[in-house]
Amino acid sequence: MVLSSQKTLEQNALRIRKGIIQAICSNKGGHIGGSLDLADVLSVIYTDFIRIDPQTPKWDNRDFMIISKGHAGPALYSTLALKGVIDYSRLNNLNNPNSLLPGHCDRNKVPGVDATTGSLGQGLSIAVGAALGAKIKDSGQRVFCIIGDGESAEGQIWEAAQFAAHYKLDNIIAFLDWNNMQIDGSVEEVMSIGDPMKKFEAFGWNSTLVKGDDVLAIQKAINFAIESPNKKPTMIVLKTIKGRGAKCIEELPNNHCLGFNDDLKEKVLEELKERAVELDMEEEQWN
Amino acid sequence: MRRAFLKRVAEMIRNEADTTFFTVDIGMWAIRDVLKEFPDRCTNVGIYEDGMFSIAAGMARRGLVPTIFGIQPYLVERTLEQIKMDLAYQKLGVNVIGTGAAVDYPKYGYSHYCAEDLHVIKAIPGCEFIAPGSAKQFIQLFNQTYRNGHPTFFRVSDHPNQNNDPDVEFGKAVVMQKGSKATVIAVSIMLDAVMEVCKGKDVTVLYYTTLEPFDRETLGQYYNNGKILVVEPEFEGSLTFDITKSFEGKPVQIESVAFPREIFRNYGTYEEKMQYYGLTKENIEKKLEVLIRV
Ligand SMILES: Cc1ncc(C[n+]2csc(CCOP(=O)(O)OP(=O)(O)O)c2C)c(N)n1
Ligand SMILES: [Mg+2]
Repeated sequence: MVLSSQKTLEQNALRIRKGIIQAICSNKGGHIGGSLDLADVLSVIYTDFIRIDPQTPKWDNRDFMIISKGHAGPALYSTLALKGVIDYSRLNNLNNPNSLLPGHCDRNKVPGVDATTGSLGQGLSIAVGAALGAKIKDSGQRVFCIIGDGESAEGQIWEAAQFAAHYKLDNIIAFLDWNNMQIDGSVEEVMSIGDPMKKFEAFGWNSTLVKGDDVLAIQKAINFAIESPNKKPTMIVLKTIKGRGAKCIEELPNNHCLGFNDDLKEKVLEELKERAVELDMEEEQWN
Repeated sequence: MRRAFLKRVAEMIRNEADTTFFTVDIGMWAIRDVLKEFPDRCTNVGIYEDGMFSIAAGMARRGLVPTIFGIQPYLVERTLEQIKMDLAYQKLGVNVIGTGAAVDYPKYGYSHYCAEDLHVIKAIPGCEFIAPGSAKQFIQLFNQTYRNGHPTFFRVSDHPNQNNDPDVEFGKAVVMQKGSKATVIAVSIMLDAVMEVCKGKDVTVLYYTTLEPFDRETLGQYYNNGKILVVEPEFEGSLTFDITKSFEGKPVQIESVAFPREIFRNYGTYEEKMQYYGLTKENIEKKLEVLIRV
């Protein structure tokens, strides 16, 4: 397996962030915090690991991506646009009456989306079911899944965790977006998740902690899960910062779902542009 | 309506030591001080609606008066078995207040819509369902029911009536006007639109905010040749059983202005949605004309 350089992964993460802003601004607001903080992991998964065919998004043996925290739809759409699965122009029409780009992931509307989500807690179970399905069909598929930390208060997450271990589903690689924030307060104060690594280990999973914006660490963790299967599912716990990638968003006390005016948009784009310069991105790579 | 209800809740928590208020991770800025003051009785308990219902049932079992606040679809659909077993079957009083009526979160897609709430709750006997049309009515209905020992569901809309705000009583319809050509049932936030259309017309208008139990007695007094128009901001047919039961043995012709029974696969604004699904004055007018003419 050829793995990409840090710079390539960070450049792609930046492009994903830009697409997220494009989508969310097209409806003057949306779930920005928990979308931005997934840009790095999505960049790594889609640059190096997920086996999809942008020309044939419905290829039956593709790897699946299930975003259980469905409000992060814009992050996935932007990634799919980067991969050429959907056209960039589609990002300009989020959540309008006849939009083909719903804020919450909808598999019937957007190619490359493998589960419809929005009601928290259910996606990991779908992922686990798909992973078992792939085993039964001997298709060799992998299933990637991203869950939220606030979402992990739902009991169904832990039912899925137990199931995946019981059925030895080492073809599932899941990620916990551990940003310690939900809508109304921090996860720690609302319903502490405790030590999620230990929890998933106790449930029979492989579990590792990586910094959510450390693309090489994420790459290494995914690569290890793929290269060293041990009949256990893998949970990669991402220590993230909600709103990561734009300081002016990160610093807000609550950035779960924001209205966007032109001012804020300009500010964010300015920050992203500075980052593009740092990453030596040419004008055409950026636009 | 949301503000009024949070204010009422704050007052309840302050003054009544046996009450509790749980939210499912939803903006609570309006009662921050109460949250701090009574952290064990007024708190954001996190995102696990089904388990929370059973926990509330346990608290009711110990003599407390629990109220839960969250987003309507997660409160009435995700939790159905808990509602059946732990609230209705065991006859435990828990108040459930849902925001996100029908398409009140218009942009977020079907996961966040809940036009089927009444239909679902009516399937579990013993539950009460209340849909106030204004903040004042919320307070009136909450005060009349929150200690009655039954599972009571409140649908809190972000689009209350602006021009018509009669006093309401739990379990009773309000007779807004009397006429002979047809009977119009205006449900909750549809009252303004219904009144605008019906004013000056020879039709009866009944206003309903308690939808379960349904006041069959009042409706039963206004047969009007069995011509009934029901205007309800929920799945069409949610009240059909009650309407026919109100006129036991007599034929009725029911027209309705309501959300169709389908999966809503579109987004947009609240107004765009109401227009799209025909919950408009124009449509009420049209349906009423047809009903009276034939
Ligand atoms: C079952 C359910 N309950 C409540 C909600 C409303 N809701 C949407 S996002 C959210 C907070 C999610 O927090 P977290 O999982 O930590 O996501 P992140 O911080 O990554 O955005 C809530 C409560 C929902 N979508 N589904
Ligand atoms: Mg979170």
